[in-house]
Amino acid sequence: MFSRVIRTIQLGLKSLLLHKLRSGLTMLGIVFGVFSVIAMLAIGEGASKQAQKQIVALGARNIIVRSVKPVEGSSNDQSGGGTPRYGLLRSDLRRLQKTIPEVVSAIPIRELNREARYRKFTMQSRLVGCTPEYQELNQLRLSKGRFISDTDRASRANVVVLAYEVASKLFPIEDPLEDRAIQVGDIYYSVIGVTEPRNASAAIGGSLSGQEFNKDLYIPIETFRARIGDQVYTPKQGGMDSEHVELNQITLEVRDVQDVIRTSEVVRGTLEKFHPQKDFAVVVPLELLKQAEQLRQIFNVVLGSIAAISLVVGGIGIMNIMLATVTERTREIGIRRALGARRRDIIEQFLTETVVLSGTGGMLGIVLGLLTPFAFRMIRSFALNFVLDPKTLSDTSKMFQEMQPEVAPWSLPLAFGISVGIGILFGLYPAQAAAKLDPIEALRHE
Amino acid sequence: MKMAAQVIDLQKHYDLGPVVVKALRGVSLDFPEGDFVAIMGSSGSGKSTLLNLLGGLDRPTSGKYILGGEDVSQMDDTQLSTVRNQKIGFIFQSYNLISQYTVLENIELPLHYRPGHPKLSPVDREKCERMAQRVGLGQRMDHRPFQLSGGQQQRVAIARAMMNDPEIILADEATGNLDSVTSIEIMTLLRNLNDEGRTIIMVTHEPDIAMWAKRQLVMRDGVLFKEIVNEVRTTPQSALAAQEDKAFVDDEVAKATLAALPKTASADPGVVSGAVSGEKKSDNSSKKK
Repeated sequence: MFSRVIRTIQLGLKSLLLHKLRSGLTMLGIVFGVFSVIAMLAIGEGASKQAQKQIVALGARNIIVRSVKPVEGSSNDQSGGGTPRYGLLRSDLRRLQKTIPEVVSAIPIRELNREARYRKFTMQSRLVGCTPEYQELNQLRLSKGRFISDTDRASRANVVVLAYEVASKLFPIEDPLEDRAIQVGDIYYSVIGVTEPRNASAAIGGSLSGQEFNKDLYIPIETFRARIGDQVYTPKQGGMDSEHVELNQITLEVRDVQDVIRTSEVVRGTLEKFHPQKDFAVVVPLELLKQAEQLRQIFNVVLGSIAAISLVVGGIGIMNIMLATVTERTREIGIRRALGARRRDIIEQFLTETVVLSGTGGMLGIVLGLLTPFAFRMIRSFALNFVLDPKTLSDTSKMFQEMQPEVAPWSLPLAFGISVGIGILFGLYPAQAAAKLDPIEALRHE
Repeated sequence: MKMAAQVIDLQKHYDLGPVVVKALRGVSLDFPEGDFVAIMGSSGSGKSTLLNLLGGLDRPTSGKYILGGEDVSQMDDTQLSTVRNQKIGFIFQSYNLISQYTVLENIELPLHYRPGHPKLSPVDREKCERMAQRVGLGQRMDHRPFQLSGGQQQRVAIARAMMNDPEIILADEATGNLDSVTSIEIMTLLRNLNDEGRTIIMVTHEPDIAMWAKRQLVMRDGVLFKEIVNEVRTTPQSALAAQEDKAFVDDEVAKATLAALPKTASADPGVVSGAVSGEKKSDNSSKKK
């Protein structure tokens, strides 16, 4: 039985090799079908891995509460036309810490865009008032010096930790730690540390924008409050823009992953009582993770369907060619029938040919599919070097820059199985047409 | 005497909608083992229909066909396939070799469709090679059909027909596409097989060829019209002698014609033989219609 299968396959290969060009062209449909299935799934997988990595970086056990500037006009009732006042309050921080038992820690942040200056060097950067926990929270590594400490907080010290890019811009030659002080606004801060470069986090959802850590300046949050205060003035075209914000963000860590979603509801409920104008937003990375998982599935289904369509097109190509082949080989079929081939033998013969055809195509497609990551990298470097302008890159294209397509191992047998299945499906009709031929008519066929 | 094949009141009707064509109207024939029969008849006489039935390519409307002691007239397609494979050897006018296969592979072909589809054993392969040598193609086993002459291709077909030791060998205008010398070659081969005890049934419309058989069955209007027993059979020797005579006569005729013709006419003796083969071709095509 087994040897017979082998022989039928040999027979199939043989007659396919007789028409190399035709077989090759027929196979192309399947090759590209299988290739696109694998490539699409690989790209989908890579994109979702990328998204997941970023979400995990935010912490699955974290709840992020951010201040959101209310839409113009809706805050009039509170500030009476002067400086708009919005966002999270220090009282919120205390309340959340004390009233919700699941919350292990709450880390506040105050941030402001300001120009940093050292002698003639300046740089637009983000001044972040934070606590020592901020370092671990955002996985910041220091290349020099130390991060801010509780002592710095208590003494409201004028100390700053420079992010990588700021340090290299302001101190192109000098060592920033050698008793240097930088100027932000009209206040001087002495440099105590420099971070290693860190990849920016992508924007997730509408409420959490991407963070570019490399342009940050970290100072103790108490220092921020003492030197700058809650009310800040930012020069803008035609005057000053002012706003009053106590905290920009509170990151809450929950004891157990299972409690995260429920706790986030409690947090929202608690804050809503004191913030009727909805000037805050709650971001739950875990929720995002789940959404991303769903998104990935949708992504896979959509991409997979597109690829499946190309496979079906390839299958129709095979059917077409096999039908033509049956007509062309009518006489051969007649000869075989006269020599004793049963209908089943003829069906087997033609079916084997299509399966060998589509199976070989599937193999080639898999080989091409395995090359997807390399091809993707080449296309990307080409696109980045010649097509896209790095200055205008959006968050999405940054994601494109960093993602790695990953060939999912399960997609290989799947794609191969589908291609062979298509060979059987679309080979059945031509094979049956061949077997149905009347041997007398077939022999008479010119 | 043991019968190789036997047909009893065989009828074959073709239902063409408004009309029913009665191609065979009751034919009864006996083919004892070792018989050599030529079936003659003009086109439409039913001889092709009879051959298709004898070859197991078709089923009769009524009547019996007993082949090797087994009634095959009511068999289904699969059983008939096995019968064709095991009990019948086909030789066709147009050789019907598979063009992409070598000589040896063509000879092997019937073995692949043996019941149970056993793998080709070394014994089988040896038999194929012996068969190829037997028909004089021992040196050309790796050739493909297009590299062979018509006579050589027909010899491959004969070797192929012999592979499964059939009860009967059916030859359908086996020499129809061959010139007279090659026809003698092929008929000699068939004659030798018959002398070994093979039963051969051939359809032909050439009286010369029919003279090789032991007897001639002439069909007309779907029935057996008459049977002629060949008192004097053509033998390879007599055929060759006649061929030489004919060539001599042809040559003489050509010379005479040449001498009689004015100098402007073509003097190529090929014209004469060309006319002969041309006549043969037109004969074939009229038969096909």
